[in-house]
Amino acid sequence: MAKMHVKMTVNGGEVEALAEPRTLLIHFLREQLSLTGPHVGCDTSHCGACTVDLDGKSVKSCTVFVAQANGASVTTIEGIANADGTLHVLQEMFREHHGLQCGFCTPGMITRAYRLLQENPNPTETEIRYGISGNLCRCTGYQNIVKAIRAAADQLSGKKEAAE
Amino acid sequence: MSAADGTSVQERTDKLEGLGCKRKRVEDARFTQGKGKYVDDMKLPGMVFGDFVRSPYGHARIKKIDKSKALALPGVKAVLTADDLKPLNLHYMPTLAGDVQAVLAVDKVLFQGQEVAFVVATDRYIAADAVELIEVEYEDLPCVIDPLKAMDKDAPVLRHDLEGKTEGAHGARRHHNHIFTWEVGDAAATDKALGSAEVVAKEFLSYQRVHPCPLETCGCVASMDKINSHLTVWGTFQAPHAVRTVASLISGIPEHKIRIVSPDIGGGFGNKVGVYPGYICSIVASIVLGVPVKWIEDRIENLTATAFARDYHMTGEIAATKDGRITALKCHVVADHGAFDACADPTKFPAGFFNICTGSYDIPTAFLSVDGVYTNKAPGGVAYRCSFRVTEASYFIERMIDVLARKLNMDPAEVRRKNFIRKEQFPYKSALGWEYDSGDYDTAFDKALAAVDYKGLRAEQKKNREDFAAGKTRSLMGIGIAFFTEIVGAGPVKNCDILGLGMFDSCEIRIHPTGSAIARLGTISQGQGHATTFAQILATEIGLPASMITVEEGDTDTAPYGLGTYGSRSTPVAGAATAMAGRKIRAKAQMIAAYLLEVHDSDLEWDVDRFQVKGAPDRFKTMQEIAFAAYNKAIPGIEPGLEAVSYYDPPNMTYPFGAYICVADIDVDTGVTAIRRFYALDDCGTRINPMIIEGQVHGGLTEALAIAMGQEIAYDENGNVSGGSLLDFFLPTAVETPAWETDFTVTPSPHHPIGAKGVGESPNVGGVSAFSNAVCDAFAHLGLTHTQMPHDHWRVWKTAQKLGLVE
Repeated sequence: MAKMHVKMTVNGGEVEALAEPRTLLIHFLREQLSLTGPHVGCDTSHCGACTVDLDGKSVKSCTVFVAQANGASVTTIEGIANADGTLHVLQEMFREHHGLQCGFCTPGMITRAYRLLQENPNPTETEIRYGISGNLCRCTGYQNIVKAIRAAADQLSGKKEAAE
Repeated sequence: MSAADGTSVQERTDKLEGLGCKRKRVEDARFTQGKGKYVDDMKLPGMVFGDFVRSPYGHARIKKIDKSKALALPGVKAVLTADDLKPLNLHYMPTLAGDVQAVLAVDKVLFQGQEVAFVVATDRYIAADAVELIEVEYEDLPCVIDPLKAMDKDAPVLRHDLEGKTEGAHGARRHHNHIFTWEVGDAAATDKALGSAEVVAKEFLSYQRVHPCPLETCGCVASMDKINSHLTVWGTFQAPHAVRTVASLISGIPEHKIRIVSPDIGGGFGNKVGVYPGYICSIVASIVLGVPVKWIEDRIENLTATAFARDYHMTGEIAATKDGRITALKCHVVADHGAFDACADPTKFPAGFFNICTGSYDIPTAFLSVDGVYTNKAPGGVAYRCSFRVTEASYFIERMIDVLARKLNMDPAEVRRKNFIRKEQFPYKSALGWEYDSGDYDTAFDKALAAVDYKGLRAEQKKNREDFAAGKTRSLMGIGIAFFTEIVGAGPVKNCDILGLGMFDSCEIRIHPTGSAIARLGTISQGQGHATTFAQILATEIGLPASMITVEEGDTDTAPYGLGTYGSRSTPVAGAATAMAGRKIRAKAQMIAAYLLEVHDSDLEWDVDRFQVKGAPDRFKTMQEIAFAAYNKAIPGIEPGLEAVSYYDPPNMTYPFGAYICVADIDVDTGVTAIRRFYALDDCGTRINPMIIEGQVHGGLTEALAIAMGQEIAYDENGNVSGGSLLDFFLPTAVETPAWETDFTVTPSPHHPIGAKGVGESPNVGGVSAFSNAVCDAFAHLGLTHTQMPHDHWRVWKTAQKLGLVE
């Protein structure tokens, strides 16, 4: 199949490559760019393990063709940490509150939470539960994930207040 | 008390982060940054991709396979069918249960989704294209779907390859679709007790076919190095050493030329115990093509072809006195094993440990019989987050207790309490042959009932029923109780083997000169956090901080031989091996310390992280100092170095238990069941890391919720799978999942070196019946004794309709 020229910003860097237009964004990221953080967990866009941030929205990258992402700005779990190399507070809080076990859903879950806290910086527990309902976890029962996201929201808003 | 170096015992203990510490996980740094290494993350030079052509039929003869169009597609490297595997004698492979399974369909297909041809191509898209180009002509055959009809006289013959074989791996076969019959207990005494009982309750309980469905599907990368005749397979293996031995036996490649590696595993729950055609085909393709071959199943393939669980259809009879003392229990099971018996059970236990079905109760007489049958469904029968068939057994007895309570018109809590095995009866020998190691059921039950204010809940329920009858509410309240006892941690080897491989486990420790260490185990974490918790066990045993101990698993070239992680055996078996290996280290360290301190070794005592001279605590050597001396000091009569290995064959299994209480509110007009409250008390003996235990309980309860309330891999009469993708197969999201309350008591195992029993599977074992009992309890006052799982909205609504509550 003929390949197309693809150009996008991934985790802040410019990326150019040739890819079949039918290539799914998740495969482009994982196999061509070796960004293996986002995972494939289903075929039906239910599980959210492949969640990335695309132009400021959470998307399931298994349901986006690379052609559709042409020109876009993409952030994966590999691009979530702070610019100075320290971990994002969500990454810290997931560890602090035991919000992960096998780790397979974690990149998608944190990437989704990263966007959720920008959409709603002070979510209630119910809002968090609805906010991550596109991401499945088979290990944790979500309770500690919810706790971790809430704790991250507190820390982020605390930081914000401190800066103001 | 302060030691001579000014540190208190508490300070030194805290520094170790040993047993009982809520230590944060060492695994998390890589997982939170997307740096986990799962099998699909692997990329090797020249690697090609495999994909399967699968059967669209439940039962059909294969008339013709035409691979020419696929082979003509650029990028396609090979197409394998059974005819290609026959010359290698690999068209069938042995199953874990002593049967054989077609690697690629031989002459006919026996279930929808069965592997028919294996395509290998340069990328996964081309492989998928090629799958579509392979033309297979089928002739449809009648299916056997209902396991209760599998042994009907006129039932179609499924396994032509077994025709005339009257002896199976587990005894005589009396029908062409019969696999085995397993009987335990005293049939005559049980029948007698049932015949003369004051009260007998009988019920048919069907535990539907479900699937472990870990978020990562199964897969592997097989790489044959033809120059050195060395095969490496990275894959989703819960038992890498067993896979190596089996691979060697099947392929003829000597074991030292095979390396099996389990990288990070994205959840297992039993799904990754089995040996699947994808592994064999990838190995064969790599041998043929000389390049690495990757095979990763997609979700639909995962749900429809690899390792279902349950599918047990149980008839129970329970006898009791009028005041609720159980006198006998009888159970007959029809076990649907699908088209091949690929059940993952120890050899002597074709129905696993289902004979734990007398549960937490002192039942004097019991009899169990299990008939395994073939049907046109996927093979499997793995233990989905439980020890072998223990969830089925626990569901059976906990549901039967409630059925009996209705018949007796007694409170289900009272029936349980009346029949508990008492603390002083342990070690307790059950009527079906197990010796329970320890338990204190009354204490746990009292604590649980008090925590939820059980009396208050029943009073509230009474009011709710009155209000419902008066038309003031359309919601019914249900209270579900489960008091489960598990049996986990197989061995002992004398009882437990899989394909002849004894079920011990192992740990090898190497202390480095400057006081850090590496420990390698025969198990493999799939999210349980072994690298965190095994280091904690060791920290307490050898007095080096957990942070200075690396735990490594999953690579057969480096890890000692072990039987892997499933059936909650890691802590009971490998955890014991870890403690025992640590004690060997300490024994040698004591001799070294005695030399350094110029005293007899019997004059020394262990104190947290050091040996000190009895009565003179200012004279001591820390483990760190001893480690350095072990390598660098010439000590007469003592070899240099500080290493130990332990292969631990457990003397008995462990018997974790717990009390779970579920409160549910059912909207009778919609069938929607809201879980108002779920309280889980677990007793897993000594607690290694309370944070991780709590996490395991949360996760297991969520899986139990899924099974009880929605999961089912169903088949229609033609063998078509419904529920074979996440469109239909219920995985709860954060919205459906309630908040869990956890609690505990501690009754250590008397035979385990640190008293631990294992906990990862308890919540699934106890949870399912608690949910199911709550749903049945909501309608109990209207005469309902039982309704089959899963309790999805539609089924619950149908129940309400049958009871005349809705039109």
